[in-house]
Amino acid sequence: MNRREILDLYFLDARSKVIDLAAFLDRVRRAEGDADFRFQALKRAFSELQCDEAECARRALECFSDPTTEPSEKATTQGASGAWSGTP
Amino acid sequence: MRYIEPHAHMVSRVTDDYVAMVTAGCAAICEPAFWAGFDRSSPQGFFDYFRQLTEHEPKRAAKFGVPHYCWLCINPKESEDVQLATEVIGLIPQFLSAPNVLGIGEIGLNKNSRNELRVLEMHVDLAARHEQLILVHTPHLEDKLKGTRLILDVLKNDRRIRPERCIIDHVEEHTVGLVLDQGFWAGMTLYPETKCTSARAVDILECYGSERLWMNSACDWGVSVPLAVPYAALEMRRRGHAPEAIDRAIFGNPVRFLSQCPKFTPAA
Repeated sequence: MNRREILDLYFLDARSKVIDLAAFLDRVRRAEGDADFRFQALKRAFSELQCDEAECARRALECFSDPTTEPSEKATTQGASGAWSGTP
Repeated sequence: MRYIEPHAHMVSRVTDDYVAMVTAGCAAICEPAFWAGFDRSSPQGFFDYFRQLTEHEPKRAAKFGVPHYCWLCINPKESEDVQLATEVIGLIPQFLSAPNVLGIGEIGLNKNSRNELRVLEMHVDLAARHEQLILVHTPHLEDKLKGTRLILDVLKNDRRIRPERCIIDHVEEHTVGLVLDQGFWAGMTLYPETKCTSARAVDILECYGSERLWMNSACDWGVSVPLAVPYAALEMRRRGHAPEAIDRAIFGNPVRFLSQCPKFTPAA
């Protein structure tokens, strides 16, 4: 598919997701209290979207990922929050 | 259309799901051992689960005309307790000769802890000693990248393990290259919110080729879509992929990997 055809197929879906994301940011900013590491990770991922290079999805995923290499001493929870809570 | 569902937790699904999947062309369903959503309290709980996977669920699937296969293990979410895991792993060999057991899975990591790694190594040893295929679960969300690297290290460090007999599941854009570059198969899980959407999975197929990739729904007791694989086929069709390419991605590839276990025979 060429770029025009891809836009024909996916533009409205992508547009809808961007508006949803914008509304989410508004919702967070309207609310009281402090945001946490998840919001910071989200903002780092946003910055990747501005880049014109390829592999945008990979780089966005890496913004949420634990970059360390050593196993943790113990699993203290079974769930995942969606963003690494450490400092990059 | 015909397809294989290579990863579905059917014990958590209703009979309507079997009807829908078979109607959509599903020729075989493969069910890795999984976490129940809560921790089982004893090895006996796993013994009963393994009986369910090897005796009861194949009969339930047969009522809808679809072969049911399974993989056995203690899931990484319950692997922090090494003593429990050791006892559960000790139960597995007696089930390996069941006609629907394909191998050891879904093993792997959840929170990337030292105990989880130890249990992963025990599973890999079990698979090697019994010449079983391996299906690996990679961790969720922020833990996936690190966990995938640790898992690949374990598999590559065991010289008995042949990468072409292992599938590393739940890959995304940041892990698929690591897996394929080292000779393993990779699975893409199609979920509404986490893991891959259909569009992203087809992107990955287009970028990495379909040589050693498959797609699955991993439908379970959570938010998931049993028809996710045929929906992804529809996505491929929308992009103009040839019928032969679609068939290879959703039928030919899983058959090629799974047929390394001689027990695997999809419905005609």
